[in-house]
Amino acid sequence: MNGANATTTGESPEAQVSLHELTRRFGDFTAVDRVTLDVARGEIFGFLGPNGAGKSTTIRMLCGILPPSSGSGTVAGYDIATQSEQIKNQIGYMSQKFSLYEELTVEENIDFYSGIYRIPAGKKAERKEWVIEMAGLAEQRGTRAQALSGGWKQRLALGCAVLHEPPIVFLDEPTSGVDPISRRSFWELIYRLSGEGVTIFVTTHYMEEAECCDRLGFIFGGELIALGTPAELKAGFPGQIVEIGCERPFELLQRVESLPGVKSSALFGAGLHLAVENAEQTIAAIGRELPDLDLRMERITPSLEDLFVSFMQAQGRAASS
Amino acid sequence: MKAKRVSAVARKEFLHVLRDWRSLGIGIAIPLVMLFLFGYALTLDVDRVPLVVWDQSQTPASRTFIGGFSASRYFQLVGEAGGYGEIERAIEARRAVIALVVPVDFARGVASGRGSSVQAIIDGSDSNVASYALGYAEGVTRSYSNQVTLDSMRRGGLPQPAAGLDLEPRVWFNSDMESRNYIFPGLIAVVMMVIAALLTSLTVAREWEVGTMEQLIATPVTRGELILGKLIPYFCIGMLDLLLAILVGEFVFDIPMRGQLWLIFASCSVFLAGALSLGMLISIVTKSQFLSSQIALVATMLPAFLLSGFVFPIANMPYPIQLFTHVITARYFVTLLRGIYLKGLGLRLLVGEALFLLAFAALVLTLAHHKLRKKIE
Repeated sequence: MNGANATTTGESPEAQVSLHELTRRFGDFTAVDRVTLDVARGEIFGFLGPNGAGKSTTIRMLCGILPPSSGSGTVAGYDIATQSEQIKNQIGYMSQKFSLYEELTVEENIDFYSGIYRIPAGKKAERKEWVIEMAGLAEQRGTRAQALSGGWKQRLALGCAVLHEPPIVFLDEPTSGVDPISRRSFWELIYRLSGEGVTIFVTTHYMEEAECCDRLGFIFGGELIALGTPAELKAGFPGQIVEIGCERPFELLQRVESLPGVKSSALFGAGLHLAVENAEQTIAAIGRELPDLDLRMERITPSLEDLFVSFMQAQGRAASS
Repeated sequence: MKAKRVSAVARKEFLHVLRDWRSLGIGIAIPLVMLFLFGYALTLDVDRVPLVVWDQSQTPASRTFIGGFSASRYFQLVGEAGGYGEIERAIEARRAVIALVVPVDFARGVASGRGSSVQAIIDGSDSNVASYALGYAEGVTRSYSNQVTLDSMRRGGLPQPAAGLDLEPRVWFNSDMESRNYIFPGLIAVVMMVIAALLTSLTVAREWEVGTMEQLIATPVTRGELILGKLIPYFCIGMLDLLLAILVGEFVFDIPMRGQLWLIFASCSVFLAGALSLGMLISIVTKSQFLSSQIALVATMLPAFLLSGFVFPIANMPYPIQLFTHVITARYFVTLLRGIYLKGLGLRLLVGEALFLLAFAALVLTLAHHKLRKKIE
């Protein structure tokens, strides 16, 4: 069942997920604004953006549970507007809340989805064991889902979503509210699925997770504002980044923001990151302006977070001007 | 429609009910409580009306007359009064509903053939009880008076009077005229209606509220499979309730069962399909458990109680309301159950009611299927 279906409306015949000018409006509000992108087979595609940017709305349209207002899209070659029921056979979806049945045990949850996806009797036991092993739930088989910790719930939800071995998986903020260790083991599962040829479309707002993706799309205010591999995006960063280590970064933030050549600035750990046109000039300028402060300043290669912050500030300025 | 998916949904829903004491309470405990509560409390029979007597005559004749009252199952002599003040207090304190005042010259009047007047004072604040009590009192008095006439004729050597007209009543179907026999089958219908709609009113709304519905609509499960799978467990609970109700009727309240059991179960399954689908439809449309259960309660409880003919005869209602009762499904089920239970009627005489229930179930089920969307609106 791995997407031998001919792509009808997609941009590229190789694409498992293909959006063209996809738009969704709720009344006057445009949640997703003419988003165009392709995701290839086996790719881990990260969809990044702040809360309310349109990530979930996009995923819901791709899963066939929210009709688009305009534009088009295909998933596994099926049109999201007209063939949503065919799509549902091809995908696994994990919505933002881990939607398990809390009163049911781990095994009962798996059995339920196993029935819903009509896993053949001969394969049922094997798939169930696969999920239990993958999620590390061997000890918790008979535990009700409500008693599981966040990390376990999340892995069980993923297991239920991929029980039927779908070629495409949509994960909507799968790691929100989960501790860092669970998050790491969750990403190991995602790599494993990707290694088996599964296409993964995942939304997140964790930058370290974004680094793990093959390709990224930044969405802000419903618009796709950047698209590419993490390396491409960083290479395309307009300007340079200066990292400043200091005692009271918040006070410093207000003083350096107005310096010429500073395009954007943000608190970063115990210091500041400034996006500037020329790092050497800015470092020299700060040294001149604020000689009383003992600052550690250094030019660094931009991280995805720098990129994200500068994108958002640029968009914010564009919106307010 | 795939059996595997229907059974997955049904199994899951069963587990929900078994694990959630609230659903079990609604499904099993509340119907039983209602059956017992209404079975015992809701009786239209008026008997053992509390009576006080002010016997001013204090003669064998007056004692015989009063004995007629205390021997009747309709009256219970709760005390003697010594004056109007005491009577007033007894009625005010609701110790008595009716008071008899036997005059001083009662025995003389009766013996002389002049006759006598006995005063009855009745608490009319409950008009139903008052009119029953008055009727009973008249009956007791009349039979005493007939006896006096016969006795005096016999003593005077007169021939027995020519036989008058005599009504020979034969009460069919409920020969003791026990109102419980009449109410109980209707009560089953009312309880089933309320419980069925209430149970299913929660199911779809709960999944929307918890967020599992979003997951479910992104799977290949079809709307029909979802609805059918969700109906099955509640259908079983409804049938279990019916069985319990029949057992309670048989062993607790001694309700005669003259019809065929299978006919009761068959008509109940059609009725249940409609009532359960109604709750499901409400749940699908509201997507909120609170709203859904409130609407289900109002939409079933009031019409089932007031307009089904379960207690209040439809024939006594104003004509427009009588017309309106035709769309109340409980009405047809009440008629069916009473017909089967008390009259032992067969399907031939009840086919109209059965067909209406079938049509209602089909209509509501179709609507529910139509309204359930595998989309986030």
